[in-house]
Amino acid sequence: MAATEKKLPVTGAGPFNGIVTWVDQRFPLMSIWRDHISEYYTPKNFNFWYYFGSLALLVLVLQIVTGIFLTMHYKPDAAQAFASVEYIMRDVPWGWLMRYMHSTGASAFFVVIYLHMFKALLYGSYRQPRELLWIFGMIIYLMLMAEAFFGYLLPWGQMSFWGAQVIVNLFDALPLIGPDLALWIRGDYVVSDATLNRFFAFHVIAIPLVLVGLVVAHIMALHEVGSNNPDGIEIKKNLGPDGHPIDGIPFHPYYTVKDTFGVMVFLAIFAIILFFMPEFGGYFLEYNNFVPADPLKTPSHIAPVWYFTPYYSILRATTPDFMYVLSAAIFLYAILILKSQFRGGTKFIGVVVCAAVIAGFFLIGAKVWGVLFMGLAVMIFFLMPWLDQSPVRSVRYKGSLSRTALGLFVVVFLVLGYYGTQPVTDLGTRISQIGTMLYFAFFLLMPWYSRMDKSKPEPARLT
Amino acid sequence: MADKELDQGKRRFLLTTTSVATGVAAGAAGVPFVLSMMPSERAKAAGAPVEVDVSALEPGQKMVVEWRGKPVWVVRRTPEMLKMVSSDQDRVADPASARSEQPTYAKNEMRSLKPEYLVVVGICTHLGCSPVDRLAAQSEPFASDWHGGFYCPCHGSLFDLAGRVYKNKPAPDNLTVPPYRFVGDTKLIIGEDTQGA
Repeated sequence: MAATEKKLPVTGAGPFNGIVTWVDQRFPLMSIWRDHISEYYTPKNFNFWYYFGSLALLVLVLQIVTGIFLTMHYKPDAAQAFASVEYIMRDVPWGWLMRYMHSTGASAFFVVIYLHMFKALLYGSYRQPRELLWIFGMIIYLMLMAEAFFGYLLPWGQMSFWGAQVIVNLFDALPLIGPDLALWIRGDYVVSDATLNRFFAFHVIAIPLVLVGLVVAHIMALHEVGSNNPDGIEIKKNLGPDGHPIDGIPFHPYYTVKDTFGVMVFLAIFAIILFFMPEFGGYFLEYNNFVPADPLKTPSHIAPVWYFTPYYSILRATTPDFMYVLSAAIFLYAILILKSQFRGGTKFIGVVVCAAVIAGFFLIGAKVWGVLFMGLAVMIFFLMPWLDQSPVRSVRYKGSLSRTALGLFVVVFLVLGYYGTQPVTDLGTRISQIGTMLYFAFFLLMPWYSRMDKSKPEPARLT
Repeated sequence: MADKELDQGKRRFLLTTTSVATGVAAGAAGVPFVLSMMPSERAKAAGAPVEVDVSALEPGQKMVVEWRGKPVWVVRRTPEMLKMVSSDQDRVADPASARSEQPTYAKNEMRSLKPEYLVVVGICTHLGCSPVDRLAAQSEPFASDWHGGFYCPCHGSLFDLAGRVYKNKPAPDNLTVPPYRFVGDTKLIIGEDTQGA
């Protein structure tokens, strides 16, 4: 269609109608606005948990903007990095604000993302047809972890250095390719200037680019299938005479206003932390990171930043004697698969995998398995759309089994997170081992308990 | 042109070969990018041996020297300490250092050239933290009947005074012994031995 054939935008007559029309004849401005904002129909019953998607977007913008201004003064050089961060804190006008916004923003990002993920677990937002939406989200979460890890090396403090040392050595533990892979990541035989320089490159350009692309894909997938809601039923099944869902309301102005309220509350809390407790008692910025990196001396207590600690606990829980317990658990799991109603092929594959894992426990040391379990603990979220076999999506209509399992999972996640911040003790290790078992049980037993569960009937319309 | 029948077979062949050739070329073009992240020539060259004077080291003391960016410990062990090492036989996971990394001249009970001097890389074989000294034999929070050695703060691995890892700890192997040799009685060269390593 020729440009001039396009109708005037339906914005009502205004001072900018001419300009908007000129643009719209050359760029799909109004249709993007309509499809994604003003006529994107959203379930009318969004509650508290639905604030965190837009908040995540806000924090992303905050991190990118503060990050750009930090790079104007920061030096990615092992000899100068630590001093340049102190320079930003003391001598650069408002540098302390940029730095604290960025460091507080990193933790805020994970708070918001964890709550956003919990929303999806509550209301089954990962279920068919939203599998890809969930997978894009999970990749964003993985990229965010990488971004946080790369960024944490940059201040070149003691925790930066030893944290990177431990995490890069996780890759070193992998069989066959491990040592070469770790060497490739570090670019040196130890964590050094080469490592700092490349982590800077990943942190400021590579990962942010990927993140922004993934966020676009995440939102496009969301708008393709439509938003889920606390009832977990499809609003598209009930269309009104205008062809729009009866239980749907346009995203703008209804949810733009609601989200603006959320943003204000969030920013108020953010500001309190930023101005009064930016280190957050050593949880957001660890005390040992105010000491310059010393490759000869590990701090007496090292722990990752809080958002990695549940996985860190799983890593530490995997001791050689725990492998016997795990072998027994996997043996029982294989029996469960054999007795299940799965198809023959699925059963066969399941049992073979179980047997291979048990064999692996005895062939490969606990160190490698600790690393693999840590990775698996993150990756297993990807399988959620297929593990959950409940006939209903939302926790509101799921039975007590699924509700208890989810509640227990949250407790286990927090307990593992707590013990991951603490020094190793026998009791802590024992609790982390129980936590590790329960963590994986939540996922691996889900096909059974979600099916056995007595779910309530879903309503026909939103409640 | 329009009335000529399309040769689908030829079209598919051309599409496939072009795609495969492009894929191979793109993959090959990626190789320099990936390899540019390997250690540079400068990083490879920085690995010279270091000379250490241990004459000031009193019995029971430890010193740390940097070799290839890593801490290397030199501990001058007292006879009591050596006795403790001998009594650790049942506590450690790899008492004979069968699967651990060390030069052949250090593959013995004391894991050293001269029993008095222990020379090890002070990097835990688990995930690379540097363990801290708990040299004295006394009761410790992590072991009530502690024989003296090293404690890794990261994941709780324990090592005895010969750098041997305790059983059922996350670290798989004993601390690595670097190549080294003595020049005279009190001078050490770390990173070089008589076999020319």
